[in-house]
Amino acid sequence: MDAAVAAQNRQLLFRLLTVAVVMLGFGFALVPLYRQICESLGITQSRVVAPVNTQVDRSRTVRVEMLASSSGLPWRFEALTREVRLNPGELVTVNYRVVNTLGRPVAATAVMNAAPSVANQYIEKQACFCFSSQQLAAGEERVMPVVFRVSPKLPSDMDVVTLSYTFFEQKAAQS
Amino acid sequence: MSATTHAPAHGHAHDDHHAHPTGLKRWLFTTNHKDIGTLYLWFSFVMFLMGGVMALLIRAELFQPGLQFVKPEFFNSLTTVHGLVMVFGAIMPAWVGFANWLIPMQIGAADMAFPRMNNWSFYLVVPAAILLVASFFVPGGAAASGWTLYPPLIIQQGISIDMTILAVHILGASSIMGSINIITTILNLRAPGMTLMKMPLFVWTWLITAYLLIAVMPVLAGAVTMLLTDRHFGTSFFNAAGGGDPTMFMHIFWFFGHPEVYIMILPAFGVVSAILPAFARKPLFGYASMVYATASIAILSFIVWGHHMFTVGMPAAGNLFFMYATMLIAVPTGVKVFNWIATMWQGSMTFETPMLFAIGFICLFTIGGFSGLVLAITPVDITLHNTYYVVAHFHYVLVSGALFSIFAGIYFWLPKFTGKMYHEGLGKLHFWLSLIGFNIAFFPQHFLGLAGMPRRIPDYALQFAEWNMWSSVGAFIFGFSQLLFLYNVIECIRSSRKAPDNPWEVQDSLEWTHLPSPAPYHSFETAPVVK
Repeated sequence: MDAAVAAQNRQLLFRLLTVAVVMLGFGFALVPLYRQICESLGITQSRVVAPVNTQVDRSRTVRVEMLASSSGLPWRFEALTREVRLNPGELVTVNYRVVNTLGRPVAATAVMNAAPSVANQYIEKQACFCFSSQQLAAGEERVMPVVFRVSPKLPSDMDVVTLSYTFFEQKAAQS
Repeated sequence: MSATTHAPAHGHAHDDHHAHPTGLKRWLFTTNHKDIGTLYLWFSFVMFLMGGVMALLIRAELFQPGLQFVKPEFFNSLTTVHGLVMVFGAIMPAWVGFANWLIPMQIGAADMAFPRMNNWSFYLVVPAAILLVASFFVPGGAAASGWTLYPPLIIQQGISIDMTILAVHILGASSIMGSINIITTILNLRAPGMTLMKMPLFVWTWLITAYLLIAVMPVLAGAVTMLLTDRHFGTSFFNAAGGGDPTMFMHIFWFFGHPEVYIMILPAFGVVSAILPAFARKPLFGYASMVYATASIAILSFIVWGHHMFTVGMPAAGNLFFMYATMLIAVPTGVKVFNWIATMWQGSMTFETPMLFAIGFICLFTIGGFSGLVLAITPVDITLHNTYYVVAHFHYVLVSGALFSIFAGIYFWLPKFTGKMYHEGLGKLHFWLSLIGFNIAFFPQHFLGLAGMPRRIPDYALQFAEWNMWSSVGAFIFGFSQLLFLYNVIECIRSSRKAPDNPWEVQDSLEWTHLPSPAPYHSFETAPVVK
């Protein structure tokens, strides 16, 4: 191999090495490059759409009214949400508030009743203060949610349902 | 392109002018392109057997549903290291071995442009391979994240990942040095009259492959460096908790990874383009279009990486772009397949072992190409992603594509390498066992994938049992027939069947027309003149 060819070879070696080094830098540059390109082209949004609840019957609306009462117990108990309009199958949250106006701690349990009574089996509660007894200190106030849905199987002639909660005092040691 | 001013008499007496150490020293310090080619080829065969043992362990475990032989963690290491060893240890070094042996002889050069660097390139590959295989024996076991090294899994595993990353760095350095050597040799050391468009196609495909390597191996090195700093130096390139993005790794990895699959297959195109004309006794059909098709495939390979990640949530416009770009690659590939068939058309064909492997390559590689087209369709890929359909696809292009053409090339050039003829009957037996074993192993995997069997699992649902059983049977036939290949090569070297200088009567390639068999240790010290 004569000197001229050897010099040519060396020149090409350094050129190709430069390409390799530049490509190494390019590999790192890809990190900001991808971000910039996607942002400037506006293609950063995800193809994944939020999941849709397919069990909601959008074709009809049911009005649900909330009532509150106490049986023989001077508690102030009221529905903060008096009324909701919902689609059967849709999960809704309503709030009740209770204040213990007595000068002593009281334990009480709430019982729910729906009207018309046939609707009872279509009210599906996920969270409710009626699942356990409520202990309130003297003068204590508490806001309590009810998470429920009305089953899509609710008979189609029913468009108003009333939920009525009643608190009963739990008498201690009454056996 | 033949014709000569240089007689093919370059006998052994000539070698005495050069220091010619023997024994271990000869192989350790050699700068001879033929020695280094031999080292590369034997090394890749050893790695092929190691990767093959891992594959057979995988198939043994999958022979029946349930866990029989290996633990799931070890199974994951097997699939991962099998992939890495086959890609970086078997296929790529085999092609570099062919390049070393053939390119100087085919362009009429005395040796590679940088013989000492050539020696380094090879001896870098060895420690990298040792690191990969040794990682099985460190606490936590070998890398288990799949050969694609995806974070966040890869960030969490133990010291074996650092060994794997270091191995990839070393292999990258070796590949870049080898590529620079090859490009410089081809561009600067061609014999007088050997214009670019007169070069044998194997030289052309390697020239383009070498450019691909220089362009993408540094990107892989960068990607694994980012993994390393994420693991040990508190960066967050891919760590979502630190503001990084694991998807970013996939983009960078596949920017390397897709050109990488063409790095493994383009030299195969060159080998097949050399073998078909020899056994059809016709010149290659459409030489120029072959060159342009190869270049087009190489260029397109840079804009299709997204088809490996259709399911990561790219915007629809991105998915569509990558889908169309991928399908576009079928056009130059189709040109090549058409040219090969046209080369055989009305030729006086004979079917010796190299030709059988070359025809097997065309049929099976085309099947792999078509399943690739199926996977290129975004909505189809979303259901087939990470199923055995993908496994079937890439084994059709890499085993019956790249590997079959390596076998074809070995049988074709063995007479030139060794000066002896291989045993034709045993060669054909090797071909038929490989063909049958391969198809039994991998064709059922299409069905498994379409039925929904995910890849990289050690256990599977019962409905997949039957095809998995067949696949394992085929894999064992295929695996053990490679011992026959080893026997064939050794038998050829030790046999007394002297090969003629040009046993295939090739008319247009210098190593056949200008050199005796075996090719002398120093060839073309005075360049031949090509007219």
